[in-house]
Parts: sequence; C-alpha cells; structure tokens
Amino acid sequence: MHHPFTHRLLLLASVAACLAWLGPQPALAQRDNGPIKIGVVSEFAAVVGEAIAKGAELAAANINAHGGINGRKLEIIAYDDHSSAAEAVRDFQRLAEQDHVSAIITTFISEVALAIEPWAARLHIPTLTPAAASNLISKQVHDRYSQYKYMFEGWFPSPILAQSVCDSSRDTLVKELHLSTAAIVSEDADWTKPLDATYEKCLPKAGLKVVDFVNFNPDTTDFTPIFNHIEGKNPNVMIMGIAHVGVQPTAQWYSQRVPIAMAGINAQASNNTFWKDTNGATEGVITQTGSAPGVALSPTTLAVQKAYVDKYHNFPAFTGFTAYDGTMAFAEAMKRANSTDPDKVVAEMEKTKFEGSVGHYEFYGRTDEFTHALKYGPGYATGIFVQWQNGKQVCVWPTDKCTNKLEFPSFVKLPQ
Amino acid sequence: MIGLQILIDGFAISSLYGVAAVGFTLMFGVCGVLNLAHGGIMVIAGLIGWWAAVNHSAGPYGGAVIGILAGLIASYVTYFAVVRPLQKSRAIPPEEQEIFILTGTLLWGIMIQVGLDYLFTNNPVTMQALIPGVMHIFGVRTPRNEGLIAVVCWAAIGALYLLVNKTPVGKQLLAASINPRGLTLLGFELSHIYLIVWTVYGLLAGLAGVLLATFFGVSSANAGSLTASAFTIVILGGLGSVPGSLIAAYVVGYAETITAYLIAPTLRPIPALLILVIALYIRPQGILGRR
Repeated sequence: MHHPFTHRLLLLASVAACLAWLGPQPALAQRDNGPIKIGVVSEFAAVVGEAIAKGAELAAANINAHGGINGRKLEIIAYDDHSSAAEAVRDFQRLAEQDHVSAIITTFISEVALAIEPWAARLHIPTLTPAAASNLISKQVHDRYSQYKYMFEGWFPSPILAQSVCDSSRDTLVKELHLSTAAIVSEDADWTKPLDATYEKCLPKAGLKVVDFVNFNPDTTDFTPIFNHIEGKNPNVMIMGIAHVGVQPTAQWYSQRVPIAMAGINAQASNNTFWKDTNGATEGVITQTGSAPGVALSPTTLAVQKAYVDKYHNFPAFTGFTAYDGTMAFAEAMKRANSTDPDKVVAEMEKTKFEGSVGHYEFYGRTDEFTHALKYGPGYATGIFVQWQNGKQVCVWPTDKCTNKLEFPSFVKLPQ
Repeated sequence: MIGLQILIDGFAISSLYGVAAVGFTLMFGVCGVLNLAHGGIMVIAGLIGWWAAVNHSAGPYGGAVIGILAGLIASYVTYFAVVRPLQKSRAIPPEEQEIFILTGTLLWGIMIQVGLDYLFTNNPVTMQALIPGVMHIFGVRTPRNEGLIAVVCWAAIGALYLLVNKTPVGKQLLAASINPRGLTLLGFELSHIYLIVWTVYGLLAGLAGVLLATFFGVSSANAGSLTASAFTIVILGGLGSVPGSLIAAYVVGYAETITAYLIAPTLRPIPALLILVIALYIRPQGILGRR
C-alpha cells in the first residue's frame, strides 16, 4: 500500500533537515570571547575603493583604543574585488563562511553592490555600502524587507544625490550667479538612471531650465563631440552625473575651453589628487562630495580627518569617511545588542543615531522610500559641494557652513 | 561647420592611432612578434611622463621626454626579459614559437597593468598640453595641442619613412621582413636588427603614450583596449604593412569620429569592429597585406 501522506511528510521533513543544515549559522561559528570581525570588499587600486578599507581600519583602531566592542577586539579583514561583481560575491562568501565575519562593508560601484545584496540576504550578513548609489539597493530592502533587511547604505541613493545637487544649485548657481539654463550630462550606469530622472524633475524647480540631456558611454575617451553638441544648445551650466569617468571630460573641457560652467556630481573631482591628475584643468569645477579638509559637518568631523591624515598621510576620498562611519555604526549596534546575531544587529542598526564624520547619522526606516539609506536634510547629513579654486577644494554648500564665493576660469561665459 | 569639425577632430585622432599602430606593425613585419603588451608600454610612457612632470617638476616637455624614454626602457625590458628568452629557448619547437611569444607578451601586459595599478592606482591622469590654448581653424575652436599632436605624429611617421627607405639600416629591416634567412646567409646578425626594431618601436610607443596622455589621458585600465585598437588597425591595414596601418588608422579614426558626431558618441567603437568583420570577409589579408 502507498501512503502518500506519510511520503510527503517524510519528504518535507528531509527538506527541512537539509535547509537547517545548509542555513546560516553565524551565531555558532564565532566564539564569544574572540575578536569580532568585520569584512571589507572593495577595489584597492581605485582611490575611492582604497579609502573604504582604510576608513574601516581607522574606525577599528579607534574602537579598539576605547575598549573594543564590550571588551572584544574588532578586527578588519579586507579583500580586493577589482570592482568585478563575480569576484566581490566570492570574497563576500569567503568572508561569511570561512572568516566568519559579523558584518561587511563593501564597494562604491552600484552594479557590484546589487550583486552582493542577495548574498547579504541569503547569508544573513549585515552589510553596508559606503558609496554605491543605485536606488534599487534601498528599494529592495523596502519592498522585501524581511529578506533584504541586512543591507544598509551609508551614503545617499542617487535620487537624494540629485536632490542635493538641485538644492545647492538653487542656493548658489541660481541665487548668486543668476544662471537659468542647464544641460544634464551623465554617464550611462545603474546609479545615473534615477539620478537623471530626479534631475529632470528638480532642476526646473530650482530655477534651471533643462535645455539638453546627454547620456554617454563610460568608455568614452573623446568628449569633443559631446561638448560640441551641448554648446549648440547654449546652456549656462552642465549638471554632471559622472563617476566612472572624470579626468578625461574635465581635462578636455579645459583644453577645449568649453565656455559652460561644470557642476553637479563629478565624483573623481572629489578626490584630492584630482588637481594633479588633470594638471589643474579642474579649476572652477564644482562637485558634490562628502567631506573636505577643515569643513566641520559634525562635532567629530575634524578629529576623524586628523586621525586619517596622521595615519595614512593623505586626505581620503569621501568613502574614507563614510566607511569609517559605517564601521562605527556596526560597532555601536553590536555593543548595544551585546551580540553579533545578525537580526539583533540589524534591529540595533535601525536605531543608529550618532554624530558621524559626514554629519548627523541616521538611517531611513522601514516605511520610508529609501529604507536603510542614510537620512538626508537639514539636521542630518547633507553632503557638501566643493569648487576647485587654485589647486584646493573650497566648500561652497551648504551655505550655512561654507561661505566661499564661486569663481570660474575666464573661458567660462556666465550671463551678465 | 560640423563637417569641418569632424575633419579636424578626426585628423588628430587618426594621426595618433597611426603612430600607435606603425610600431606594432613594424614589429610584426620584421621580427614576427605580435606584442600584446603594446597598450601596457604606451600606458607606462604616459603615466611615468605625468608622474615626472607633476611630482618632480620636470615640466610638460621634460615629462614628455622622460615618458618617451620610459616607453623605450619598457620596450627593451619586454624584449630582453620576455621575447628574447622565448626566441632563444631550445625547449620550444620553432613552429610554436609565435604562439609562445604571443602568450608571453599577453601575460607580460597583464603584469604591467597590475604593477601600474599598484604604483599609480587605476585613476586616469592627463599630462599637461605641450602648448596650451585654443586656435580657430575656419571658425572651429581647436586646442592648439591637437594641432601639435598631428604635426608631431606626422614628423615621427616621416622620420620612420626616411629611416626605412633611405638608410642602410632601413634596407636591412626591409630585407629582414622579406627574407630573414637570406639576410643571415649574407652575414647580418638578426639579433642586431631585432634590437633596432625594438628601439624604434619603443620610441614610437612611448611617443604615442605621451601624446595620448596629453589628449585623452591614460590609466592602467586602458592597457587592454589600447592593445586591442592597435590590433584592429593593424589587421585591417594588413599585418606587417606600415602604409596599410596608416591608411587603416585614418579609416578607423574617421569612422569613429563621424559616428560620434552624427549618430551618437556612445556608438563610437562600433564602426571599427564592423569594418574589421567586413574586411575579414572580403579581404582577409587587409588593405595592403601581402598574403
């Protein structure tokens, strides 16, 4: 006789047993008195990626100097992913399964972060990206919270980045310089799609009519045709959305004396090496970033800047600070939870509230549009806008913290 | 107006492609070596030139000279450390030598790229234009540096022409490309000729790397694509044919520029590949290929 019901029960039981065996067991894996480990997956050859590992190391050194996490030392294990999604996922798995880390800080590339996000969900590893900006990262957390809640963004998703560009443009380009038209110029990448969409909505509200929109391949080397096309539309300013490229368009903008101001987000221009990289062609370029030497965004900013420069002898890309803050947030959450249990850590991460080096640090909640992304606005982190003037980045926004005036090279034609 | 812009812009780029490709093709024609570390050598020249100019106050001209020398040194290292040992090895059967050299230079190219990543990060950099400012050619605003690039490129190509066609050394090079065995029978030392080719190649690759760094900027990440574009041009022109490579450089340069201006900048690399595929169907030996 067949007993289909018993068979099905047996089958279910064995599936359940298999699942239990295969499932994540991070709590068992780590002894309770050894060091707590946080992993870093990033590209070390990139200025932005290198700063991520160093920022995390700096935070760990600070935490260990102040008694560790409830007496346990914090250890950073960093792997180079060469900005390849496949390598990053392998590194992530290795950190989770071999090194038994309790949390991971990873990548500035949205495509890589999106490849890692499902693994954070599957392996239950609280994970934070200190720079990747695609809005899909927080959207997945929002839409499938119970599964994806392990993912955090320690910086702004692109719609918020775009909003900050509009806010700063309104306060500086429009109010002070009376600019009225803009061209949106962005590279074709995951992070720029929502950026462009928000630009198109918020720039007109900020007082800049959008007269042209150019989206180009990040492999582009010759920008002459692009500038030529934009010049034909005669905008006052190019609002950029570039990160994979930066040196080339900036250097060519200068060498061709393109008479249009360059503002928006030029992520490479936020590196302090950019002046040398472009031989000074960046004079007058405005970009969004997270930090600039000597600009106090919270009571802790300057101390962290000093500690970083003392330890590594250079001023990092903004990711040095967002990775620092992210590591601090994890450490504080583990301290409060008195545990490295992923669900408890996530619950405490959601309650994060401290003065980070990039500003007042809190995450958006479960019901907000950008769940688990860094909160933006007055009283929270805002990011800053810097302009390159005579070899230095000077802060020009938010206007309450930065009082510098905008200056442009003589070939840039502004409306009189 | 846009036609004129395409004409001017395309000319500078094509000249640069030409200089980058002639050394590569000369190397194959005379020595039978396809140097897949080509892009890496160009990037070394650009990065070292930039580094000397910016961090050691060599100035734009000093930086350019140091960059070209760095290209030359990189070329010698490639020859003596990678290619020569493979050519001399008795363990490698002669009919497999080419594939060993191909693999050797490919791996060497990757090593160069990883090394540059480590030393310079993969951040792109631009060298200062040798002459700053812009000029107006029939109303088209053109960076003076673009004009200089075209002039320098053609001067280099002219010098190469004189070297190959008007000097005894050049006759040996030509002979080596046609019948190396015959040349050895006449008592010429092939390794001596190879060394001359690697010298010329190093100078050309160094020059191309430096000019590229002043025009577009360079980064260690470009090494692979620079090799690939030189390869495309050389195959299209006919492997080993210097004039063929020059014609192909202009075909590719203008096809890219026209696409970028008239269709979309994003589609820039596509026409070169299409032309290559079509050429391989209807004229597999390339524009001026011998076979």
